[in-house]
Amino acid sequence: MLCAEDLRHSFGPVRALDGISFTLGEGQTLALFGPNGAGKTTLLKVLAGLIRPEGGRAEVTGGRRAVGWIGHQSYLYGHLTVRENLLFWAALYDVARPLSRARAAELLGRLGVADRADVPVRVLSRGLMQRVTIARALMHDPEVLLLDEPFTGLDLAAAAEFRALLAELAGKGRIVVLATHNVDEGVELATDVAFQARGRFVQLAPRGARGPGEIADAYRRAVTGG
Amino acid sequence: MGEVLRHAWVIARKDLVLEFRSRTAFVSAAVFTALVLTVFNFGRDPTAVATVDLAPSILWVTFTFAAMLALNRAFQLELENEALDGLLVAPISRTSLYWAKLIANCVFVGVVECVGLPLFVLFFDVPVGGVLAPLIGVIALATVGFVAVGTLFSAMVIRTRFAELMLPVLLLPFLIPPLIGAVQVTARLLGGRPLSEVTGWLRLLAAYDIVFLTLATLLFPTTVNE
Repeated sequence: MLCAEDLRHSFGPVRALDGISFTLGEGQTLALFGPNGAGKTTLLKVLAGLIRPEGGRAEVTGGRRAVGWIGHQSYLYGHLTVRENLLFWAALYDVARPLSRARAAELLGRLGVADRADVPVRVLSRGLMQRVTIARALMHDPEVLLLDEPFTGLDLAAAAEFRALLAELAGKGRIVVLATHNVDEGVELATDVAFQARGRFVQLAPRGARGPGEIADAYRRAVTGG
Repeated sequence: MGEVLRHAWVIARKDLVLEFRSRTAFVSAAVFTALVLTVFNFGRDPTAVATVDLAPSILWVTFTFAAMLALNRAFQLELENEALDGLLVAPISRTSLYWAKLIANCVFVGVVECVGLPLFVLFFDVPVGGVLAPLIGVIALATVGFVAVGTLFSAMVIRTRFAELMLPVLLLPFLIPPLIGAVQVTARLLGGRPLSEVTGWLRLLAAYDIVFLTLATLLFPTTVNE
């Protein structure tokens, strides 16, 4: 379970989180939409434990071990190979070596970078690095996935494969929070949709049968008043 | 404790692999050591001051500034792709991170000292044959002390604008006790004095190591928390 209760946080005069509360259970995927500066990244960082909120509390069942986090940076070391990076991060999550090797091979194959496993990360393109970043976040098979603009840099095929992977994970009961400013991305994965603006949820509701067009209209009305 | 050390070793090994692959800091520190010893060798007047009186200070000034290069690089490695955030999100204790950097820094500085000591003997023609083991012992004792403090300060300054300038400014005052101790012990060893004459200084070095290793271990989490 992922639970946020009255989260508040400011950066100087800018209020990034202003009383955000929600709870997600097994298999729920929250698509979090908002314009630049709405506080989406701050919210995910608070949930991941990177920022201690000034008010309220965030709780993930299973603690930090249960969280898989994709932020704006890859957390990959350029002088290590793709495989070495994945094994390094898996070791910090106490994934046993034979299991982590198998998991790395499986994820790299799934994300289409198996042929780059022994290549130093510093020579990868932005898109390939993003695929490895996704694999890095999934190495320990997390219960909760916090994804901040995870489709950045992915080509159409990789984005489709990643969407399929997320759908599978949600089917297995994983909790996903997906933040993006692009309403077309990830809507079909969502069980719940939140619109965030100026640090607040201006709308939080189940997606129901709404498609991307309806979500986009609702987003425009809720966020811009248009 | 076992888990702390296991995670520490995973990170330290990664740091050493990165350094082995890039060699940037090691080459810089080794060249720096050779240059400083060369400058002192040609810049002194051997008829004015006996070599054995001057040599210990030169040795420790050289080692101290070479170590600064290692300490500066310890957390800079983690700024690549913001990997430090990944380490802070991972389910490892902050103590693991401190000990990882401590281990990697000790190995790194130790290797630089292994390069510097033969050069020192070569340039200054000091009689180390009979005192090599105690000399290595005192180098190890002093190195652990200043690496312990330096690793803590390195973490404190890493996100400041002038980290490379801030580190020596903050660190050097704290290095005065172990440096005085190390110079005194080295001078007496090279002067052929008995070991019993320096037990007080050795106790000071050992006490400094214990106190600052403990303090740094306790204080480190507050330096890396948000």
